[in-house]
Amino acid sequence: MTSTDSAAAATSDIRAGRLDAAQYSHNFCDAHPLMTLAEARIEADRCYYCFEAPCQTACPTGIDVPSFIQRIADNNIRGSAHAILSANPLGGMCARVCPTEVLCEQACVRNTNEDKPVEIGQLQRYATDAYMANPGAPMFTRAKASGRKVAVVGAGPAGLACAHGLARQGHDVVVFDANAKAGGLNEYGLATYKTVDDFAQKEVEWLLSIGGIDIRSRYALGRDISLEQLVQEHDAVFLGLGLAGVNDIGIAEPDASGVRNAVEFIAELRQARDYATVPVGRRVVVIGGGMTAVDAAVQSKKLGAEQVTIVYRRGAESMSASGHEQDWARTNGVTIRHWAAPREVLATGAKVTGMRFAATALKDGKLVETGETFDLQADTVLKAIGQSFVAQPLGALVELQGGRITTDAEGQTSHPRIWAGGDCRVGGRDLTVEAVEHGKRAALAIHAALSA
Amino acid sequence: MADLTTDFLGIKSPNPFWLASAPPTDKEYNVVRAFEAGWGGVVWKTLGEDPEIVNVYGPRYGALIGNDRRVIGFNNIELISDRPLQTNLDEIRRVKRAWPDRAMVVSLMVPCEEASWKRILPMVEDTGCDGIELNFGCPHGMSERGMGASVGQVPEYIEMVARWCKTYCRLPVIVKLTPNITDIRYPARAAKAGGADAVSLINTINSIMGVDLKTMRMSPSVGPTGSHGGYCGTAVRPIALNMVAEIARDPQTAGLPISGIGGVHTWHDAAEFIALGAGTVQVCTAAMVYGFRIVQDMCDGLSNFMDEQGYTSVAQMVGKAVPSITSWNQLNMNHIEKAVINQDSCIQCGRCHVVCEDTSHQAITAAKDGKRHFEIKEEECVGCNLCVSICPVPDTITMRMLAPGEIDQRTGKAVSSDYANWTTHPNNPMRKAAAPAAASL
Repeated sequence: MTSTDSAAAATSDIRAGRLDAAQYSHNFCDAHPLMTLAEARIEADRCYYCFEAPCQTACPTGIDVPSFIQRIADNNIRGSAHAILSANPLGGMCARVCPTEVLCEQACVRNTNEDKPVEIGQLQRYATDAYMANPGAPMFTRAKASGRKVAVVGAGPAGLACAHGLARQGHDVVVFDANAKAGGLNEYGLATYKTVDDFAQKEVEWLLSIGGIDIRSRYALGRDISLEQLVQEHDAVFLGLGLAGVNDIGIAEPDASGVRNAVEFIAELRQARDYATVPVGRRVVVIGGGMTAVDAAVQSKKLGAEQVTIVYRRGAESMSASGHEQDWARTNGVTIRHWAAPREVLATGAKVTGMRFAATALKDGKLVETGETFDLQADTVLKAIGQSFVAQPLGALVELQGGRITTDAEGQTSHPRIWAGGDCRVGGRDLTVEAVEHGKRAALAIHAALSA
Repeated sequence: MADLTTDFLGIKSPNPFWLASAPPTDKEYNVVRAFEAGWGGVVWKTLGEDPEIVNVYGPRYGALIGNDRRVIGFNNIELISDRPLQTNLDEIRRVKRAWPDRAMVVSLMVPCEEASWKRILPMVEDTGCDGIELNFGCPHGMSERGMGASVGQVPEYIEMVARWCKTYCRLPVIVKLTPNITDIRYPARAAKAGGADAVSLINTINSIMGVDLKTMRMSPSVGPTGSHGGYCGTAVRPIALNMVAEIARDPQTAGLPISGIGGVHTWHDAAEFIALGAGTVQVCTAAMVYGFRIVQDMCDGLSNFMDEQGYTSVAQMVGKAVPSITSWNQLNMNHIEKAVINQDSCIQCGRCHVVCEDTSHQAITAAKDGKRHFEIKEEECVGCNLCVSICPVPDTITMRMLAPGEIDQRTGKAVSSDYANWTTHPNNPMRKAAAPAAASL
């Protein structure tokens, strides 16, 4: 350790207002600015309108991609948005956050010939944004009132998609959510530059504009309401609870300031009216390998942190953040270090000064520590090693497997009147678009059950 | 580098690319710029009688464009030269004197009266120009006054005016034909009968570019109303190629020199016209879309192609493809092809499958062993070339000719090596007896 490093390490430096106003607004502008109409139509012309299009098959919500792109080329933007939103009512947010490079765009046949897929995600965003900016007559309307009432717990992507689907069928829906705002991870869990201009709330407003959906904020399951009560008072219940717990890094944490859950940091930033009020360390270490780690690391950098390092215990190919996300982190000045597991949080007095890591390697297919260790100086350690489902509020009404709720393909749990979807369901891939599909399909299944 | 010079009716030009009689050749300034850029010749924008005509001062042009704004087709309602006759004649004289190596042909359109032609022809000849082109093609405006296409649609008038021109002027006479007729061979024959030295075609095609659906008004329009225009550009090229070939292979006009016009945007397009019988080509839309320097790319491309193919002069290519064109009833009914999909370059878009399934012969699979897979079913394939035409990857679907003796999986019969066309086909109620049978009688 050089003397300069020691001096820096000794001075914890977590503070807000590192940048001037112009820098904040530059750093937190839209990561992928909206295409112009001209760009969209030129890109739309690249679509081959494939037969049983592989991109559509790759989309968890099965959006008819060739049709929505053809309609952009035809200058039928409302029709394009309808093709998207009828399959995925949260198509606007998914256009922003879907890892398209491993979904629709990976499947695009243009990859085979020229290694450059049609920019499906950006086109989807073009169509949904252009429509949302000027929606005109309602696109979806409620069927004749069924007189049935369904409770949805959790106003995240799964819950909102389910609520919207049920409302379309004429059912009354009450959505309970523990947070102040609806949207779930769309509102609290995404990087700001992915969803600028309060898009998450605009999308919620649009979803609710169909009518028949009553949002009850600050209702937590198990605290303010019980599942038994919901089942008694409603014809069906959908659980879109998400993952409320945060995984531990598995080592002792000293009673020192500077160690924090990345999801809390991300949520704080999303809710901040002024980025200059959000404190950030000078040297930040992020532990984990997923999108949350990348979002936390990049945003730390954008808030003015000097050194930001993501440390992941395995190799790049094992990170759940896509290659595209990893590149995005590096482009924004984040260092990614692989093959290192957290060993010890270093602290001086009440302040974190760094992290000690054990080098790791694969031996006979198992991850082992090599015996070497190294230290990284840090005044902030952000933990992003995954979230876990908190099952306790469910009581014993539904069966779990591996800590998450078991369902059939349509989302029905072991309880005949309870459905579940999104991250809280067994087998979830932690994808917004998949949560939407769960909600959508559960709505259809609930409707079928209520109509039987 | 191949020799691009052409000699068309004795009119020499350094390359076969002439600017057609149109807005780009309206006046000295434009034509000098064109020659500076390298155009081999021009057909000066049509002269008429004084007083000069008047154009609209609103939209004269409209375009059919792709989403990338690439111009596919083009439309105009501009009339002939709207400048005094003497101004044009003076400029033509000056430009020809300054650019003696370039072709200078003057387009003319005056009323269908002998006196009118007799009056203007000596004035034009006096400029020192190389030839005249009779504008019997302009389909808008002038045709309402009994000129342009309204002459070109009556073969007798064509013959009559061509004869006047040959009588009152020593210059080569080119008759520019309108495509707005049923059979292009009749006006071409009339031109030849009248003594014309050559024909040029096609002039523009009657067209309306579109409708503004918000105002329910044709577009473009001059204020509240519009008028049909003349269509040109890439989109008309196949129509023009056919008409050129029709004249080139008509026994009555075969050998009549042709200046090919209609959608020449590249050297490749020009070479096609030449192969179908054109001695020079005339260009307008490409220049109006890109400016004059496009001729340099045309010359360069044509020269490289000729070098590669071993042609040392443009004349060697003229009409080379004409023998390949025949009537449908002469096609060999025993010739059989099947499509073949190259699985290595197939990108699996599946378009070939769905179009064959929906609109043709259900001859392409969608799956094999439960996997997405596109393959020709030879037992269904009629060799129609639809899949080849719509496949987005070049050379991925190709046609394979079945060798004589090979079994056609669709019919179960061996392919015959005999040539047999429709005229002798058993299903043809009007069939003639096959030649050998007739001989044996």
